[in-house]
Amino acid sequence: MSVATATPLIEVEHLTMRFGGLVAIDDVSFTARPREITAIIGPNGAGKTTVFNCITGFYKPTVGRLTLRGGRGEFLLERMLGHEIGQRAKVARTFQNIRLFPGMTVLENLLVAQHNKLMRASGWSLLGLLGFASYRNAENAAIELARQWLERIRLLADADRPAGELPYGAQRRLEIARAMCTEPELLCLDEPAAGLNPRESAELNELLVSIRDRDGIGVLLIEHDMSVVMNISDHIVVLDYGRKIAEGDPTAIKNDPAVIRAYLGTDDEAIDG
Amino acid sequence: MAYFTQQLINAITLGAIYGLIAIGYTMVYGIIGMINFAHGEVFMIGAFISLIGFMICSMLGIGSAPVAILLVLLLAMAFSAVYGWSIERTAYRPLRGSFRLAPLISAIGVSIALQNYVQLAQGARPKPGGQIVSGGFTLFADDGFDVRVTWLQIIIVVVTIVLMAGFTWLISRTSLGRQQRACEQDMKMASLLGVNVDRTISLTFVLGAALAAVAGMLFLMYYGVVDFFIGFLAGIKAFTAAVLGGIGSLPGAMLGGLLIGLIEVFWAGYFSSEYKDVAAFAILVLVLIFRPTGLLGKPEIEKV
Amino acid sequence: MGSRLPQMLKDAGLTAFVGAALGIFIVGFRTVDVGRGLTFDYHLVDLAVAVVVIFLGRLGLSMAANGLRWPAIALGAVMIAAGASPMQLPSGFLHWFVALGGVLLVIRAIWPWANEAVTEASRTPSGQAISRAGAKWFGWMLLAAAVLLPFSPFADQKTMDLGVLILTYVMLGWGLNIVVGLAGLLDLGYVAFYAVGAYSYALLSTQHGLGFWSVLPLAGMMAALFGVLLGFPVLRLRGDYLAIVTLGFGEIIRLILLNWFDLTNGPAGIGSIPGPTLFGAVFAETAPAGKQTVSEMLGIPFDGNHRLIFLYYIILVLALITNLFTQRMRRLPVGRAWEALREDETACRALGINPTNTKLTAFAIGAMFAGFAGSFFAAKQRFISPESFVFIESAIILAIVVLGGMGSQIGVVLAAVLLIGLPEWFRDLGNYRMLAFGLAMVLIMVFRPRGLVAHREPSIRLHPAGSGGSG
Repeated sequence: MSVATATPLIEVEHLTMRFGGLVAIDDVSFTARPREITAIIGPNGAGKTTVFNCITGFYKPTVGRLTLRGGRGEFLLERMLGHEIGQRAKVARTFQNIRLFPGMTVLENLLVAQHNKLMRASGWSLLGLLGFASYRNAENAAIELARQWLERIRLLADADRPAGELPYGAQRRLEIARAMCTEPELLCLDEPAAGLNPRESAELNELLVSIRDRDGIGVLLIEHDMSVVMNISDHIVVLDYGRKIAEGDPTAIKNDPAVIRAYLGTDDEAIDG
Repeated sequence: MAYFTQQLINAITLGAIYGLIAIGYTMVYGIIGMINFAHGEVFMIGAFISLIGFMICSMLGIGSAPVAILLVLLLAMAFSAVYGWSIERTAYRPLRGSFRLAPLISAIGVSIALQNYVQLAQGARPKPGGQIVSGGFTLFADDGFDVRVTWLQIIIVVVTIVLMAGFTWLISRTSLGRQQRACEQDMKMASLLGVNVDRTISLTFVLGAALAAVAGMLFLMYYGVVDFFIGFLAGIKAFTAAVLGGIGSLPGAMLGGLLIGLIEVFWAGYFSSEYKDVAAFAILVLVLIFRPTGLLGKPEIEKV
Repeated sequence: MGSRLPQMLKDAGLTAFVGAALGIFIVGFRTVDVGRGLTFDYHLVDLAVAVVVIFLGRLGLSMAANGLRWPAIALGAVMIAAGASPMQLPSGFLHWFVALGGVLLVIRAIWPWANEAVTEASRTPSGQAISRAGAKWFGWMLLAAAVLLPFSPFADQKTMDLGVLILTYVMLGWGLNIVVGLAGLLDLGYVAFYAVGAYSYALLSTQHGLGFWSVLPLAGMMAALFGVLLGFPVLRLRGDYLAIVTLGFGEIIRLILLNWFDLTNGPAGIGSIPGPTLFGAVFAETAPAGKQTVSEMLGIPFDGNHRLIFLYYIILVLALITNLFTQRMRRLPVGRAWEALREDETACRALGINPTNTKLTAFAIGAMFAGFAGSFFAAKQRFISPESFVFIESAIILAIVVLGGMGSQIGVVLAAVLLIGLPEWFRDLGNYRMLAFGLAMVLIMVFRPRGLVAHREPSIRLHPAGSGGSG
């Protein structure tokens, strides 16, 4: 659906990550374009989450360059501290094992996501402490954004409940909404469909497609659930043992012999989700 | 030169004691990833049991120093081990899976409670321990300064080396050691593979407490006095030793103990004894800031 | 049920055996100084009583756990009766020990009932409304009581002294609550900032003649500065490392105060610190040259209690400022970020929150309030020495926060009254206070980790409270 000439949103070049003697990622390069869903797939231990951890600053890559070109300019992610990547380069992520703030309410979770914007508006707490109207307005705007997302993920009624009390599927959706509340350029989702039932999984597809089409956000997706990957991805990168073995659109990947051999076995049916 | 050598001998003696305590911190940290704040108190209790043990020995008329030392050593190890076991069982085990600060707060609670328990039961005043081993010999003299090694210092170093060797063997060669290392790597996996995780953790506390008790006995013999508060400072210094050597690493604990002994003795010997404790704390802060993995520790990889 | 009895007896026997092993040397043989040596006092009867209590207690606990509620309650009642009876036990403490064991057993036995009833009641909408309103009114009632206390008939000197003491700890508890309760940073050296505030005022007033009100903000800033200086390098560390570094830092400050004679006068401390003034007037029978006494200014007869009442209101106002400030901060982005950091630091980083800076603000603000409280303490005592700033003080403040329920403001008040007030009223138990604190910290963590007041009020609501938003 998108043109190959569009500037990539993120460009991963020669990414290598070693832990002691273990090579988790070995010279992986790929690009993801804006307004597209790019899936990273591969068997367990292929290094998918490690790629995410490098992009989002949790690991410092041993070798490689990670360039993000968004509306705010160009950022070399490998040179930035963990929180700066979210703050300045506007990369948001979710985690394989959900990491909400369980004791805080659903609404509070979404407001914490808008921290940097609100900190500025509150004059680093000074104006907020004195009750300035400018801060109150900014807070109301933040609540409004949160409310819109709560409507989209159908959790409006649960806004004041502790996030940890929500059912599993709702927590998954909330984590995505929280990442979206940071108003990112790139959204990285680590197995968002894990543990969801088929109905929830279909809902997730819809949500991700709407994030791409309606919000115009580039999505990077790690997923095992092929029904999600094959239905909504625009582009797929396949990793195996830390190397990239294939890259292309879903049809090409489905028919790629290297992928079938390394990842799916010989049974093509597994990918017709 | 003579003064330096004398200080070196004193430092090694002190370092051996810190090293023995540090092992308890490092092992517990290795296996369940928490700082056992109460460990210093176990050391203190070990010193008290030794004090009482030596008194009972003299009451029973056991005059031979080696026999008395051996008896008291076993006594202190055994009964302090019960403390280690009970602490884990009542204050830490129920908190596995509780929130992050819970075990730490519980540990501080245990530490405060044990200090005051001993203070109430034994009184707040320092208790003189009497001299169990005396004498020594002059190594050499230089500029009119005699460099002396006491028999006690030799005993301390020898006991420490023997225990360290035995302990290293225990960890690297026996099934207990294997189970312990398995739990360090991945507790859930270890339990799936049939390792009795609860038992392994209990044993870790028991062993750590027994070594701390030995340190307590050696401390009592070396300084000749104990009170209910010795666990606090010795505990922090031994913890510093564990961190300096690389927390989770056994040789690291020993190395760290030695270094802390050296720093403390030389600081007091050449600068000022008032600030010798400040030096130990300052080292702790500096190590944690600049090299949190210590000298021999492995870097920790955050799992996200 | 009866078939489980042998198992329970065996279990209780084992526990009693372990208890005996723990106590035999430390409790059974009490070392006593004689001349230059030591001898024993045998306390084997004490030990035996303790072991019996442990046996019965453990038996009762397993009964309660196995649903044998009534036998457990009966056992507890027997223990209480035995403790309260005039029976000859070797020490008064043993009476308490036996009786308290019984009380704990009874509480444990009826706990499931009480807990269920309360949970049931608080689930219903009206129950929720009542508990919310109750919490709100309770706070206002406490405040009213605190404001009116000096005018009440109980306001003798002893009560007012105790009131000042409790309020000081309430303020320290609220200050530490920002660090531990909200931001989730275990600070074991909080007393160091208290000391910085106290010495700031003591030195600036005795050596440079500055008054309490001008030093107060300076002392707070000084303590906050120390907080930043310490926090900047160490706040990147893992939580447990942070705990031990702050512990070490508290000791360093104390050792410096003890050894830097030129500045602090060492262990002898600093005396003749001026008290706070009211619009320049001093609280004394006769004013120094060029000053006025308060009784002259107001035209009332001199009363030694006026100074105490004045101090009481100062600490009350300071504590309330701490509370209001904290409540306000909780509703600001930085306050939410504190709580978020406590919950999950990794997630915070992924959301672009700078963890170090956020922790630093909590650390510095907590330190600032300790600094305020410290300079109040110096002005109240008029004499300070390093002895007032030992680790135990940090531990007491932490115990207040933990017992009260981390993050709960009203919980801190309850815990301060309980932990500071009770031992003052029962003086003969004063020696056992720290033992009880330590045990209480363990018990709270094991049985009620969220503290006495576990309820967390959201910092913001989308739906007005009580509208049944959880539908």
